[in-house]
Amino acid sequence: MQEKYDYIVIGAGVVGCIIARTLSRYEGKVLLIDKEADICMGTTAANTAIVHAGYDPLPNTLKARMNVEGNPLWDTLAGELNFPFERRGDFVVAVGEDELPALETLMGYAKKNGVPGCQILSGPEVRRREKNITPDVSGALWASTGGICDPFAVTVAAAENAVMNGVVLKLNTEFQDFIMEGDRIIGIKTNQGDFISRWVINSAGLFSDFVMHQAGVRPEFKISPRKGEYFVFDRADVQIDNVLFPVPSDKGKGVLVTTTLHGNTILGPNANIIDDKEDTSTTEAGMNEIWAEANKLVPSLTKKYVIATFAGLRPMGNGPCKTPGVDYNQDYIIEIPEEVKGFVNLGGIESPGLTSAPAIAQEVVDLLKDAGEEFKVKKDYEPIRPARPRFREMSQKDRKLLVDMDPRYGRVICRCENVTEGEIIAEIHAPIPAITYDAIKRRTWLGTGRCQGGFDTPRVVDILARELGVSPLEITKRGKGSEFLTRPTKKVEK
Amino acid sequence: MIKKKIYDVVIIGSGPGGLAAAVAAKKEGAEDVLVIERDTELGGILLQCIHNGFGLEIFNEDLPGPSYAQRYIDEAHELGVESMLDTIVLEVTPGRKLFASSTKHGFVEIDARAIVLAMGCRERTRAMIQIPGMRPAGVYTAGTAQRFTNIEGKMPGERVVILGSGDIGLIMARRLTFEGAKVERVLEILPYLSGLTRNYVQCLQDFDIPLQFEHTVKFIHGKDRVEAVEIAQVDKNWNYVKGSEETIPCDTLLLSVGLIPENELSRQAGVRIDPITGGPYVDESRETNVPGIFAAGNVVHVYDLADWVTLAGYDAGKSAAKFAMALKAKESAHIPVKAGNNVHHVVPHTINKQNLTNDEIELQLRVVRPIEERVMIEVHDGENRIARKAARYARPGEMLTLVLKERHFADVEKADSLTVDVNPR
Ligand SMILES: Cc1cc2nc3c(=O)[nH]c(=O)nc-3n(C[C@H](O)[C@H](O)[C@H](O)COP(=O)(O)OP(=O)(O)OC[C@H]3O[C@@H](n4cnc5c(N)ncnc54)[C@H](O)[C@@H]3O)c2cc1C
Ligand SMILES: Cc1cc2nc3c(=O)[nH]c(=O)nc-3n(C[C@H](O)[C@H](O)[C@H](O)COP(=O)(O)OP(=O)(O)OC[C@H]3O[C@@H](n4cnc5c(N)ncnc54)[C@H](O)[C@@H]3O)c2cc1C
Repeated sequence: MQEKYDYIVIGAGVVGCIIARTLSRYEGKVLLIDKEADICMGTTAANTAIVHAGYDPLPNTLKARMNVEGNPLWDTLAGELNFPFERRGDFVVAVGEDELPALETLMGYAKKNGVPGCQILSGPEVRRREKNITPDVSGALWASTGGICDPFAVTVAAAENAVMNGVVLKLNTEFQDFIMEGDRIIGIKTNQGDFISRWVINSAGLFSDFVMHQAGVRPEFKISPRKGEYFVFDRADVQIDNVLFPVPSDKGKGVLVTTTLHGNTILGPNANIIDDKEDTSTTEAGMNEIWAEANKLVPSLTKKYVIATFAGLRPMGNGPCKTPGVDYNQDYIIEIPEEVKGFVNLGGIESPGLTSAPAIAQEVVDLLKDAGEEFKVKKDYEPIRPARPRFREMSQKDRKLLVDMDPRYGRVICRCENVTEGEIIAEIHAPIPAITYDAIKRRTWLGTGRCQGGFDTPRVVDILARELGVSPLEITKRGKGSEFLTRPTKKVEK
Repeated sequence: MIKKKIYDVVIIGSGPGGLAAAVAAKKEGAEDVLVIERDTELGGILLQCIHNGFGLEIFNEDLPGPSYAQRYIDEAHELGVESMLDTIVLEVTPGRKLFASSTKHGFVEIDARAIVLAMGCRERTRAMIQIPGMRPAGVYTAGTAQRFTNIEGKMPGERVVILGSGDIGLIMARRLTFEGAKVERVLEILPYLSGLTRNYVQCLQDFDIPLQFEHTVKFIHGKDRVEAVEIAQVDKNWNYVKGSEETIPCDTLLLSVGLIPENELSRQAGVRIDPITGGPYVDESRETNVPGIFAAGNVVHVYDLADWVTLAGYDAGKSAAKFAMALKAKESAHIPVKAGNNVHHVVPHTINKQNLTNDEIELQLRVVRPIEERVMIEVHDGENRIARKAARYARPGEMLTLVLKERHFADVEKADSLTVDVNPR
């Protein structure tokens, strides 16, 4: 018996998960698949986490429209899904007189794209607002609608709400090919068997070119991974709370000095095109490049307080902009192609893809409506996804109440980020169970502090093994092949 | 279980530093001494150091870490040191209040007359030395690998490269070899050993494990689990020597690249940290800049021998006990004056025993509720009446007074506290 769906979404990054959650509002069966052991292991796992205002994309592109439509949707999204989101605003900082004209260009884009709340500030005013900035600052574009989020939290919350509303999630499930009937897609082949569906939606990020090529769509489309690397600082030692962009260049938005929602200052990303879509390594050259660039904005940084480095890959595409007269070849593709039936095709969803995700999901629904799909809101649709307690963020008084209620919240497993056993157990048994170390790390931020998991790893391995009823030898960092331990020791001499 | 809310000395951490502090504090005369330890057993890092080399300085014996710790654990128990295990201290205030949390004891608030910081240190990580490459499973600090091997009884890997010639790395090279793993290489970026020579001889030489100076890891390969590391020679400025690159297939990279005193709690308490050592500034009594907060062991600066930590812990525990006893003496010289029945407050709040000479002492108070008939203002020590005075009425708006005279002073001196009541006659 083959499972039958109305919609299959390929790829559980932020885009796929928000699409699945949007579809879960309506009647119809939805399957969300990802090839990895957890959701959110692709591009969404490593980026700058900024909800962009919309002054950056070239006017009249689909990218610009998705960005500007996406940005205002975040307040409701955060409210319903209960993830942290802050509209901090952001600065594009001009250093030296030469860079000032770039601010005018961005201001022009902001007007054309319809971005509210933008303003050009003088050098001294910028220094007043952020004292760590270089004395050579000549001015800045200030955008009040810029925000910061935690992309894991967003994606997990959206996927969890989708699952609450009936979406079926299958992990470790890799799309391989389509099942066709003439020019109509009627399902997909995966490493876990075949699934039948009326529609298939391609949100496979870096691999969206492969997926569309299997459908015979846009053979010329190619994703070129563009690597971005980062430094993360200990928040006890370095605290820059503002979002600081340099002026953009032909390499994109440039190396930022910015902050995470958890208060850690981060530097990055650079932008280098590479070949391998799995190569998320950091490089010596890249790290040097970021350091040099970031120091132009904030000269006082010191490497002593770096606690982590990481890298992510932008799925840069070569999709032409459809607006006549706009010469741009890196636009988003969001379409129902004519050559096959039953296929919604997304491609090249690079930055500001996170920001745009809620608008992209709406665009997908609108396209489906245009194609004749009817959408009836489910009677029992539940838009609210409840948050779980986060010990770290609580006052001592609230901590006491929580521990009194459930003593497992009293045992701190991550000493730097103060994550408790109660929180870990809750994630292991959540609607989307966190069953790898990284899955727990992403949801709780355990292991992300100054000791980088040195303390918690043996303890988390223990808890996972106990809760899942398996041997510690089977516990992995990120899925099969990434086991922490190899075998029992010969004997324990104690 | 914790019985009292105020302790004379609270010690955070139960490694050799903390245990010695507890023992010394008790011996110095502190009555209520509590050790708080976030692990499930007392002993700190010593518990996972199952190799010999401890106690040569103090006992003139060559003991494994756990046996060394056990001597102090036994002594602490005999002396009546209390402990809270599996409990983490989350905050220390400059006023010496502690917030701690555990499954067993719940979320607790504890007051201490003196505190000894003995939290030890943590290991430097891959990110701190910024090794480029992938981020797979199989990259561990040597201490984490030691815990997996010696406490959990599980092997962290089979083909191992160790970066750094610190003692923990050297000891793990031998330990993993005993267990049948293959240690391919130990690399040290410096031109000399950073651990003890005896460890080099006993842990590497005796097992034919190659050590390369002026070498480091340039890149980590492997998506899910470490598959290989690329190593290279470095020059005096730590630049790679061209052509010296070599790829070593392995599944594990252990890092033994330094320790950092663990001082997040200290900072919250307002303790000033020396940027050179990473630990608190201390005086010869091991007191920090915050009065009543002392520190000893790896939390102050990194030691190479646990024996020295023990000696530092003694000093800190002794000083903390002295501080606590002096404070207690001062506290007990003062007799609290408490607001009793229908009394809103009384001033003065305390009476210093030393001032019970010839002068009278006037107690000033206000009532909570009006009493429109004759009342009696009474001072007692909980059982016996010490003084009393009548008044026509008592109203919250009008202050009442009662004067303690010389004839009351003998009773006052014997009391633990005074209570003032205002009742209808
Ligand atoms: C360095 C960097 C910085 C960025 N900064 C920002 C920013 O500040 N703000 C912003 O708005 N955007 C930013 N972006 C862009 C943003 O991160 C992406 O646009 C967004 O995460 C894309 O989400 P996605 O769901 O399309 O892709 P992904 O998160 O990559 O999800 C695709 C999923 O598809 C799965 N998949 C692939 N192939 C298959 C298959 N065959 N079968 C099953 N599953 C498959 C993958 O495993 C993956 O989970 C940044 C990107 C990078 C790299
Ligand atoms: C992995 C490792 C291996 C070592 N091996 C050797 C060796 O072989 N030989 C040798 O001579 N020296 C060794 N050392 C050095 C050794 O640490 C010291 O010699 C000695 O153990 C330090 O004692 P300590 O009391 O300062 O700290 P530790 O022994 O580290 O004890 C500190 C204790 O404080 C606890 N703690 C910390 N923070 C909190 C909190 N917030 N709440 C509650 N409890 C807390 C910790 O759990 C720990 O038990 C090693 C060090 C490390 C890190």
